[in-house]
Amino acid sequence: MANKPPDRNLAPIAQKLRVRYAKRGRLRFSSHRDFQRALERALRRAGVPMAYSAGFSPHPKISYSNSAPTGVASEAEYVEIGVTRHCDPTKIRVELDAALPNGLDVIEVIEATSRDFSARLEASLWEMEISAPVQEVARAVEALLGASEVLVERMTKSGKRVFDARSAILLMESVAQSAVTAPAHTQMPPECVILHVVVRHIVPSVRPDDVLTALKQVGTLEPRKPVRVTRLAQGPLSEESISIEDPFDPDRVLV
Amino acid sequence: MTSQIVEINNSENIDARESRERGTSVFPQLEALLPLISKPIQYVGGELNAVTKPWEQAIVHWALMYPDAYEVGAPNQGVQILYEVLNEQPDVLAERTYSVWPDLEALMREHQVPAFTVDAHRSVADFDLLGLSFSTELGYTNMLTALSLANIPLHAVDRDDHPIVVAGGHAAFNPEPIAQFIDAAVLGDGEEAVLLISNIVKAWINAGRPGGREGVLLELARTGCVYIPQFYDVEYLPDGRIKRVVPNRADVPSRITKFTLMDLDAWPYPKAPLVPLAETVHERMSVEIFRGCTRGCRFCQAGMITRPVRERSITSIAEMVENGLEKTGFEEVGLLSLSSADHSEIGDLARNLADRYEETQTSLSLPSTRVDAFNVDLANELSRNGRRSGLTFAPEGGSERIRRVINKLVSEEDLIRTVTTAYGAGWRNVKLYFMCGLPTETDEDILQIATMAKEVIRAGREASGRRDIKCTVSIGGFVPKPHTPFQWAAQLDHEATDARLHKLKDAIRNDKEFGKAIGLRYHDGKPGIVEGILSRGDRRVGNIIETVWKNGARFDGWGEYFSFDRWMESAQYALEGTGVDVDWFTTRERDYTEVLPWDHLDSGLDSEWLWEDWQDALAEVAVDDCRWTPCFDCGVCEQMDTEIQVGPTGVTDLPMPIPRVSPVLAQ
Repeated sequence: MANKPPDRNLAPIAQKLRVRYAKRGRLRFSSHRDFQRALERALRRAGVPMAYSAGFSPHPKISYSNSAPTGVASEAEYVEIGVTRHCDPTKIRVELDAALPNGLDVIEVIEATSRDFSARLEASLWEMEISAPVQEVARAVEALLGASEVLVERMTKSGKRVFDARSAILLMESVAQSAVTAPAHTQMPPECVILHVVVRHIVPSVRPDDVLTALKQVGTLEPRKPVRVTRLAQGPLSEESISIEDPFDPDRVLV
Repeated sequence: MTSQIVEINNSENIDARESRERGTSVFPQLEALLPLISKPIQYVGGELNAVTKPWEQAIVHWALMYPDAYEVGAPNQGVQILYEVLNEQPDVLAERTYSVWPDLEALMREHQVPAFTVDAHRSVADFDLLGLSFSTELGYTNMLTALSLANIPLHAVDRDDHPIVVAGGHAAFNPEPIAQFIDAAVLGDGEEAVLLISNIVKAWINAGRPGGREGVLLELARTGCVYIPQFYDVEYLPDGRIKRVVPNRADVPSRITKFTLMDLDAWPYPKAPLVPLAETVHERMSVEIFRGCTRGCRFCQAGMITRPVRERSITSIAEMVENGLEKTGFEEVGLLSLSSADHSEIGDLARNLADRYEETQTSLSLPSTRVDAFNVDLANELSRNGRRSGLTFAPEGGSERIRRVINKLVSEEDLIRTVTTAYGAGWRNVKLYFMCGLPTETDEDILQIATMAKEVIRAGREASGRRDIKCTVSIGGFVPKPHTPFQWAAQLDHEATDARLHKLKDAIRNDKEFGKAIGLRYHDGKPGIVEGILSRGDRRVGNIIETVWKNGARFDGWGEYFSFDRWMESAQYALEGTGVDVDWFTTRERDYTEVLPWDHLDSGLDSEWLWEDWQDALAEVAVDDCRWTPCFDCGVCEQMDTEIQVGPTGVTDLPMPIPRVSPVLAQ
């Protein structure tokens, strides 16, 4: 009879898979919720034998970690899925990528052989494409790096919050060429500076727009166009070289 | 290999007004604005199953618009069907466009970004045709925004090599209020209509565009099934009524007939439904199980203008469900039609589909509107696995008397029995839909809704043995519509509507025993008056639409944007000197001799029959459904040379589909 959760055949999780995907081009405007819906549908289309939660409205077992904000592109987003039968990660990569719209692209799928994946995501490398004269950007970067604290304000779920954006910024440098190979980036607009910024994941998180707010606050930076941001990597932070390591490395070692 | 360069002389195609080549993307300009607005995802396209074709590959280019926000427009079946039907043609290209919210509109004007399609972000002005689907008249102001953002002159007579603006959808059965803004209107099913128009436009382009814009419009008009408003003059009587509508060109027919698609099994569209990334109002896939309805509810325009009933067979429906799920990954399927429980094979269909998808986390839904126990059985079948939360019935009228007037025959006893069955089967909330402002309605008819709702709760508590059951009463204001028996009726003014609804509210709220278990949802009567002007208006209403749009009206279907006062002020200004006013269009009853603005547009319904049905309504006489009783001569089948197409086909058990081999598990 109704109104008691039906006695479904709920197969247990046989394997956990970790997925690295990219959010590119015009689909960088998809929100986290947009991606969730798209992924769940793609998993169904690709016939991935998902494990489901119990209850009236069963949900596929998916855990999302630390997604990039709406409007920000990314080459390094991660989700973990639980499946009820052993799958070949390579096949999942191919089929899932085909089932997702172009612009939400699956880069790599591995079998999870280690724990605590989320904790591994210690920092991100962001690329910021700023349409402003080189000197203007350089002055702002210098001022920011020279400051010990830059307080920025942002609306959060719990209202307006003021926090320091400076301490999370570990590295900020301009590079000659974009690391993103998307076709939109082949032509660099004139008067455009590309910054690579390594930001440590702290609470409250310092997001690319906070970094930009900080730059505008300390310098007289006024980008001529909206700044285009791409997350190039996220993962364990190498403190010596201030670089991001591949968060899949521990899984690869154990295989 | 050396490539051969072919020079194509298409000087006709060169747009002198712009240096930009036709069909190029405006995305770079738009992209700069997207970080500045809310929900940018709705403007970027890229949906699963969307199609983009090279511009040069096509001869005929269609921009298809649903004139509301993306979240409402993207799931629209009509647009999705035409999009696919057109794109299947090798030399036709179709892209979609939706209304932009005021935040983006302001930025587009500031930065001179033209109206664009979401598929390849081409400028709407570059297309040969702009097709608009009007499910509701409240999209009219949004059409003007789109035209203006596309740099297309608002008035059809001022256009040159701009797109041909074609209106379709249910509201197009009286396009007179927008006559000056559109080049053409099409009545009825769109599938064959868009192909016919495409062929005429293609032949005209290939022939070097003989006669210019007027030449192709004449070609379309002469078919007798494409209405070109500018080829018809409307003459008025001194008292403001219409004297006559006459063609002003030679061999343009005096009546225009609707399109009727026969054999739905031959048109299984959409074959690859779009899967939007943005959240929309319908997060599911829809399969249309039949078209048309002969229940004969007298208020229902959809039921009158879509006759006859044409069913899709159980086999064909099951194939569409299977194929659609595979192409989309949706987890819910809605079985659509005007009254889905009336499909001749619905019982077998529900059972077969429920069996097929029992173990797959796929849910099925049926918009249930009919009040009978069979409907509850169906809903039980489709919710085998799910939570039985809400079930909806639409008695529409509060008293048995008013239900005879509107021809929605449900006895109080039937209703209570049905609802009791539902509560007994585990459903916790029953929603009941009603209308307020129906012809001959009195306070007493509306107050009966409260009596009925209380009885529903009382009987429901008894049947379920629980006190936590609920009943939600939803009330919509009745707006008389063209091509229905109520097209002559007086609309209830908004003050009287509001007063009646307040009495109902009091009657429910003041009841200590049941009041708390009954929810009441209603809207005030003001938007209904604006809908009333637009529904039964004539060409003079066009000036109101233009005035109110210039005064800032946008998204009139949305409470937060709708302004009644702005509409009334604009109406007063625009109608000055005409001798008619808002009341004249809305609360005035018409008589049989009056020429109605849509009389030259043929929905197939015999106007004598409509009038008799109106008289029957006043006499509280009901009419049966011609699917199971003899024909009552509404005129459609005879006039249109069509027939009812219903099953059963004899197929009761569908083979279980061969289990799809999961691509990721295949060896």
